[in-house]
Amino acid sequence: MMKNFKITKYTFLLIVALIATIGCERDLTDEVVPATFPNTPDIFTDAPVGLTDEFFDSFDPALGANTQGFGTDENEAFEGNVSIRIDVPGPNDPDGTFIGGIFKDRGEGRNLTQYDALTFYAKGSITAAIGTVGFGVDFEDGNFPASRNNIQLTTGWKKYIIPIPNASKLVQEKGMFLFSAGSYDVLQDDNPFDGDSFSDNIGFTFWLDEIRFETLGTNLTTGAQILGAQDQTVEAFTGSEIEIPNCTQSFSLGSGENITLDVAPAYFDYNVNPSVAQVVDGVVIVGQEGATTITATIDNVLAQGSLEVISNGAFPVPDDPTQPQNEVISIFSDFYTNAVNPNFTPGFGGSTTIATIQQISGNNVAEYANNNFTGINFDNSPVDASAMDFMNVDILVPNDVTSIEFQIRDIGANQMLETNQFTGFPEGDDADYRFTPTNLTPGQWNRVPIPLAGSLATQRDNIGAIILVGGPNFILDNIYFYID
Amino acid sequence: MNKKYKSIKLNKACIALSLIIIIGINTSCDLDETQEVATLTNIVMQDEFNVDGAPNPSMWTYDIGDGSDQGIPGWGNEELQYYTDRPENVVVENGMLVITAREESFENSSYTSARITTQNLFEQQYGRFEARIRLPLGKGLWPAFWLLGNDCDQNPWPNCGEIDIMEYLGDEPTVVFGSVHGPGYNGGDSVSKDYELENNRFDTEFHIFGIEWSPNRINYYVDDVLYQSLTPESIADEAEESIADSDLDNAGEWVFNRPFYIIMNIAVGGNLPGPPNAETVFPQRMFVDYVRVYN
Repeated sequence: MMKNFKITKYTFLLIVALIATIGCERDLTDEVVPATFPNTPDIFTDAPVGLTDEFFDSFDPALGANTQGFGTDENEAFEGNVSIRIDVPGPNDPDGTFIGGIFKDRGEGRNLTQYDALTFYAKGSITAAIGTVGFGVDFEDGNFPASRNNIQLTTGWKKYIIPIPNASKLVQEKGMFLFSAGSYDVLQDDNPFDGDSFSDNIGFTFWLDEIRFETLGTNLTTGAQILGAQDQTVEAFTGSEIEIPNCTQSFSLGSGENITLDVAPAYFDYNVNPSVAQVVDGVVIVGQEGATTITATIDNVLAQGSLEVISNGAFPVPDDPTQPQNEVISIFSDFYTNAVNPNFTPGFGGSTTIATIQQISGNNVAEYANNNFTGINFDNSPVDASAMDFMNVDILVPNDVTSIEFQIRDIGANQMLETNQFTGFPEGDDADYRFTPTNLTPGQWNRVPIPLAGSLATQRDNIGAIILVGGPNFILDNIYFYID
Repeated sequence: MNKKYKSIKLNKACIALSLIIIIGINTSCDLDETQEVATLTNIVMQDEFNVDGAPNPSMWTYDIGDGSDQGIPGWGNEELQYYTDRPENVVVENGMLVITAREESFENSSYTSARITTQNLFEQQYGRFEARIRLPLGKGLWPAFWLLGNDCDQNPWPNCGEIDIMEYLGDEPTVVFGSVHGPGYNGGDSVSKDYELENNRFDTEFHIFGIEWSPNRINYYVDDVLYQSLTPESIADEAEESIADSDLDNAGEWVFNRPFYIIMNIAVGGNLPGPPNAETVFPQRMFVDYVRVYN
């Protein structure tokens, strides 16, 4: 079965860069001494060790992170005199309803290749759980996050172990520690869709001490997954970059406890036909036309799950439109002079869409990922399409199940987009025509004429938006109105 | 008191001090590694498991079944496995004896495994008994390398004595234990000691498990570490309470003065490890590189 594809970056350049890198490696001589970074194991003993002056770098308060509850405590320590104290906020705390962030190396990063675990001691004021603890996040471009979820606290000090998935990759790591914790769900009834379900939750306190990297020698990899253990297929074009989500690694710890970490795809080693795809820092970069099935190993364990990549070769450029400029009102096309400056990210509430304009061989296209609904807003400059008969759109879809509804909207004399928030239909003086193209051929451009029919047959002098529903992944180009 | 951390200073003196401590520990480790754990070197029995197929019948025999035929269903411990002599459960291959515990319906049991012994084939009083073994992993697995007195039919257990050179629970992959069972000190009251491996596990590598047994002493070792030395006095001492509570006339007697034979097995479930759980992966194997006996 085919799945989504996503072009995040279009680049021949990247592949060239890759080849150049490989060339460099081949050129290494004995005289070249690779840079090495300190291997300091300690993160917090009685004080932070080698961390940034901020010490605690919070998640974004705009997303609800509470920056008030972090500090140190001179009255509690597993060893020495001082521990880290974290006051987890309750569900109604105006300063934020969860607490979390990272500790970051103050230098250029540490060489952790000799270690196999992050360890720490923790105790709770109650037997709550810390949502997530891990490392490898530096709020920059770190490729190696790894985290363990639901760390069950006891009211006495206890040692916790987070194995390093594949330490050979961590030659320069800045992300020393990460935690995130929310309130304790007394009734164990939290439901994200029911705000009342959080009313029984309470804040709590936990302490952390003796945080460091260690070489335990007692972690055994017992399993791993990529893509949530699914076998998936994607079709894409040369230069596309494809993420590998839902990677986990399971361990038997020396205590006999079995745990599973969420790990970054960059920790894995990949088996792949390099002419069709390469995996760089855990991201698949699609190569020449062909097919290859990517599998992954970590610590000599073959991960469950695979990704079949079908490369359709170079990204196609749509054929040039044929209408003369004077019979066209263009919205988005490199071939015509556009009449408006459309807004591709109108920010509709509830939209999950990621829309980006990509330039490929000098031609701009609009790429949509994960679309539920969004719009191309003419930014309060409606066009008078009274003389026009059709709207053209060129569409590229990844598979034959992609289905997109176009709602061409006339926003009326008041020139305001007015939509019934319950039904999605036009309100006030708005009118629209809805059309879902069928029989689109995947992997190539489909030129689709949409008649300005329905309500637009009599009202199309203030066309102000094109609403896009469904997909969820597709690419558009050459959107223009024209005279038949 | 919860307060913000203000300044960060690297304490160089502290680092230097901890370095010295680390060196100190290393030095003492070196001393341990040179300790003499065994003195007997004259080999009197050995199986290097170099011939593929069933274990050498001149050295090994089998305990078959679930213990019912022996009058001890569940082998006296409510164990869950049915022992067979099938190659699926016991075979020599690639230079190893492989005992495999499987989850399968067989003769009214849910698991199969194997238990091989040298009963009536090789029995010896005193000496050094040693095997190199890699152990399985998972809750409910209970492998062992052990000795039983050869007169248990006349002198019922625990009077005939049991020397457990190595026992291990699959959900504690860094710990083995060595024990003796005798009158007044057996079952949950046996005299026993754990040995925990530092920076390694018993299920990922081979380790050597042995005892050196002389008239009034049994020394237990793992690799090059002697971790337990038992004598009649230490048994009287360590099992003082259970010996005092025992109805037996000979409670506390040192019964390790008769020939014993060797047993190797993987039990599944039972009173000590508890049953396997959802995380236990089957099949599980115990690999034995060699068994050697010296006097």
